[in-house]
Amino acid sequence: MDTSLSWIKAYVPGLECTAQEYTDAMTLSGTKVEGYTEFDKNLEKIIVGKINKIEKHPDADKLIICQVQIDEEGKEIQIVTGAPNVKEGDKVPVVLEGGRVASSHKDGENENGFKIKKGKLRGVESFGMMCSIDELGSNTDMYPDAAKDGIYILSDNPEYEKAPIGSDAIELLGLHDVSFEYEVTSNRVDCFGVLGIAREAAATFGKKFVPPVITETGNDEDVNDYVSVEVQAPDLCTRYVARVVKNIKLAPSPEWLKRRLASVGIRPINNLVDITNFVMEEYSQPMHAYDLDMIEEQRIVVRKAENGEKFVTLDGQERELDDTMLMICDGKKAVGLAGIMGGENSMITDNVQTMLFEAATFDGTNIRLSGKKLGMRTDAQAKFEKGLDANTAIEAMNRACQLVEELGAGEVVGGVIDYYPVKKEPLTIAYDADKINALLGTDLSEDDMVNYFETIDLMVDRQKKIVTIPTWRQDLERMADLAEEVARFYGYDKIPMTLPESSATMGGLSDKLLLEGKVRNVVEAYGFCEGMTYSFESPKVYDKLNLTADDVLRKSIVISNPLGEDYSVMRTSALGGMFTSLATNYNRRNKDVRLYELANVYLPKALPLTELPDERVQLTLGMYGQGDFYDMKGVVEEVFARLSLTGNIEYNPVAGKSFLHPGRQANVVYEGKAVAYLGEVHPVVLKNFGIGERAYVAVVDLAELITMPKESVKYAGIPKFPAMVRDISLVMKKEILAGQIEAVIRKKGGALVESYELFDIYEGSQIMEGYKSLAYKITFRASDRTLTDEEVGSTMDKIIQTLEELGASLRK
Amino acid sequence: MKDKLAKIMENAMTQIEESGQLDKLNDIRVSFLGKKGELTSVLKSMKDVAPEDRPKVGQLVNEARSKIEGMLEEKKAFFEEKLLEERLKSETLDVTLPGKKLAGGHRHPNTITLEEVENIFVGMGYQVVEGPEVEFDYYNFEALNIPANHPAKDEQDTFYITKDILLRSQTSSVQVHEMEKGKLPIRMIAPGRVFRSDEVDATHSPTFHQIEGLVIDKNITFADLKGTLQEFAIRLFGEGTKVKFRPHHFQFTEPSAEMDVSCFKCGGKGCRFCKGSGWVEILGCGMVHPHVLEMSGINPEEYTGFAFGVGLERIALFKYEIDDMRLLYENDTRFLRQF
Repeated sequence: MDTSLSWIKAYVPGLECTAQEYTDAMTLSGTKVEGYTEFDKNLEKIIVGKINKIEKHPDADKLIICQVQIDEEGKEIQIVTGAPNVKEGDKVPVVLEGGRVASSHKDGENENGFKIKKGKLRGVESFGMMCSIDELGSNTDMYPDAAKDGIYILSDNPEYEKAPIGSDAIELLGLHDVSFEYEVTSNRVDCFGVLGIAREAAATFGKKFVPPVITETGNDEDVNDYVSVEVQAPDLCTRYVARVVKNIKLAPSPEWLKRRLASVGIRPINNLVDITNFVMEEYSQPMHAYDLDMIEEQRIVVRKAENGEKFVTLDGQERELDDTMLMICDGKKAVGLAGIMGGENSMITDNVQTMLFEAATFDGTNIRLSGKKLGMRTDAQAKFEKGLDANTAIEAMNRACQLVEELGAGEVVGGVIDYYPVKKEPLTIAYDADKINALLGTDLSEDDMVNYFETIDLMVDRQKKIVTIPTWRQDLERMADLAEEVARFYGYDKIPMTLPESSATMGGLSDKLLLEGKVRNVVEAYGFCEGMTYSFESPKVYDKLNLTADDVLRKSIVISNPLGEDYSVMRTSALGGMFTSLATNYNRRNKDVRLYELANVYLPKALPLTELPDERVQLTLGMYGQGDFYDMKGVVEEVFARLSLTGNIEYNPVAGKSFLHPGRQANVVYEGKAVAYLGEVHPVVLKNFGIGERAYVAVVDLAELITMPKESVKYAGIPKFPAMVRDISLVMKKEILAGQIEAVIRKKGGALVESYELFDIYEGSQIMEGYKSLAYKITFRASDRTLTDEEVGSTMDKIIQTLEELGASLRK
Repeated sequence: MKDKLAKIMENAMTQIEESGQLDKLNDIRVSFLGKKGELTSVLKSMKDVAPEDRPKVGQLVNEARSKIEGMLEEKKAFFEEKLLEERLKSETLDVTLPGKKLAGGHRHPNTITLEEVENIFVGMGYQVVEGPEVEFDYYNFEALNIPANHPAKDEQDTFYITKDILLRSQTSSVQVHEMEKGKLPIRMIAPGRVFRSDEVDATHSPTFHQIEGLVIDKNITFADLKGTLQEFAIRLFGEGTKVKFRPHHFQFTEPSAEMDVSCFKCGGKGCRFCKGSGWVEILGCGMVHPHVLEMSGINPEEYTGFAFGVGLERIALFKYEIDDMRLLYENDTRFLRQF
């Protein structure tokens, strides 16, 4: 929404403020000004001059020398120009020496404009410049009477013809003005019109709001003799106001009207179009004009379209409709797409004689949905979508007819057709000054509050303590809304700042969030940096991940209106994001990359979704560069240890992950439940994602770990008695896993085994083909005595015996 | 005997005096005080001394012994001190050489920022809670006073899964879950991921994070909202931070406001960062709409409350002066290691 300051001032007499003051004050009272443009920012010393004499330049064919009169007393200056369109006697805008213009013929626009100095053109002195409309910072769209290529000849325009020589040309052209851009919130439908904003401005600056006075219009004919209106869809069209104008004389609008429209960036066209646009800007009420001679059977029918009905809108496009869309029709055919765009068949042409003016109230939601379906977005539609106040329609109509008469654009036929079966009545809201103060934390008097209500045209009954809300303020529904009005005009900045003094509450993080924090600390200590990736995935990621056709990870939730295929499903694994991030780093030649993400995955219980999916937070780790499978395993082990998950952990090599190296993957089974997996990334997957070296990942289902019982940490006592250490070196077939050996050490060693450590693995020439050697250091200790050689020796014997049964013999 | 001792003493003194280094001292000790040392041999010859003189001679020998020991100790200390001095003199480092670092990982700037926010509110008695990201329309819109077909629904460009299930477009949905639990008073913040159909560019992302805040209790006022958020801004951005509240509109709060903070880069003077205004918009807030309370079963006559919603990325980007939001989701370690 835009307005110019001059337009606001027209309804708020006596308003005096700079653009910045206006911006700040309006923003603080709730009408946010996003920015403003001062049209005369770069215009200085520009006056109306008159060309008294033109001579040829002695040394340049394309230049002429003008003697330009710059005041009523007859003072002349000499200006050399190359403009082809000037003649003696023309009045033109002249920028004097030392002045500034917004743009230059040569260099286009510039933020600070261009300073005009006296100079010599091919040896002839020149003391200023005659201006085109572009040099004045505007264009021929906004000033249709200005020359497209050349100097703006003011005297060609009858309204400017008599402008005094030497007077301010910027003033004359209405460029001492500011255009404001507002961010109007969707609840303030009234503020999508200049009048609504002006009312707010008046209240903000403590001035009186003076809306236009609408006079009675129309000849002594009756509009009902020209046309009738029938509404067949009263749910979608709550009001339909129609009037007729005959003997139309299309002509350019007067300058004041053109300037109003231009000040908000609307291009003046002709008097009728301009009036329609002007009223739409003022009242936020779109209007439409039909050529009445094209309306068959002299009647208007408002009905829903038929499925598949075709209609050509006035932009020449054929549209296919459905039976939810509202149409304006005549006795035989559709003539307009209600609230969105008129039809080509009834549009106003230069030959129009008689026209039908329409100001209606359509259902905002229906208009919005129809526009969306048709892929259309017109100014009228944007207004209707907000849900307009039906009571405004008649005012807008009469205002338009008033302007038609004022401008001599036609003869308004007497009477109004007004279909308005259910009149919208104003709402009343009870107010209670104490409650409003209690909500705001203020101590304002009822007088103050009543005053604020009245400045924005709410009617107050102090006896009954009731406020009557005009229908254009449909956002005011209950006392909290009134409290906001009080707060706005008292000033949000004046409301005190306090802290809630009521009940004490315990602050803190949930167990889940605390656990996540611990996990972050652990993996960061191991050099992993936290990454974040989108929750969306491409369905193509399944193939990139080398998933089998029936892999459960392929069952993902599909977004019905995604941003594109790449973001069309919800991830069931964060690995796609992890591999992409690793690849990004790899491509950028980052070395030794370690990333983690605490990522939610979204697992549907059934598809299509009928209930919310299982959102599980998973720790996803990925790395390449330094480190191998066992480094990754070490991190996973540490995560379990630091979360005090001290139960039995097993690493099962039969993990079945098709995206991992078949010989280098494991499920992490905690207390019998697979809660994590890790492994080296499958070479095919590395290739699919473009990662050029071995990479390792681990995924820990934190959601599962959260639910598991944690051992609370208890002090164990520093050992008082010495330990005994035994080393054994074993030879076995390669297929035997270290885990099996360690299980024996744990089981047979019993309580005496304090710890064991694998300190050497060997495969090679010293050992038989297909065999390997593992060497363990086993530490024995008792907490209550010093162990004897015999005790340790017999325990070692038991261990070795069982190991031999397993197929591992002592290395000789 | 006395002369002999005196001679031994003198001899010892000379040797100690002339011993050039620490390890010689031990040889000297052995040669005088050792089992076969000179002084020991004097003691061994005690049997030749008359019994009545023995105590006296013994005393003399012991005196001589402790004197020699004393001299040895003194000399030893001297050598040690000298050695230490030499060592310290020779041991110098180029302290400008780089320190050795453990290449620990780093938290994401979003997480660091979130933890700061959490700490502030936990300190004020707020619980940190979470809600589902895939959500029912009811919690995301309807229960927040945004009925079906309301234009405010369109403004948020929501992703839908089915007619009733969507990707939440705001963490405000968690407000409803908390209120429905029926446990009052409420002081909570709810951080989390939200989704809106925005194309990816330097300032937009279809996925981002919000932190929702909700306080419901008796006698909660708009002034409390202002005071609380001012406190938050000062703790997050530092002493001297100013706040400004502007009226705004949200369907689920009334009165509603947006809060600006004085630009932390220029301190309010106006710079490229705050587009010259000296202020940066940081959050939306307001008093919980009575209808929202009613829908979640809370009596608005008895309870009032305030709510606010902060964009986490917005704060993180401002705080770290990151000029492109896409960096947050690329996970380039050269970026991540800066925080």
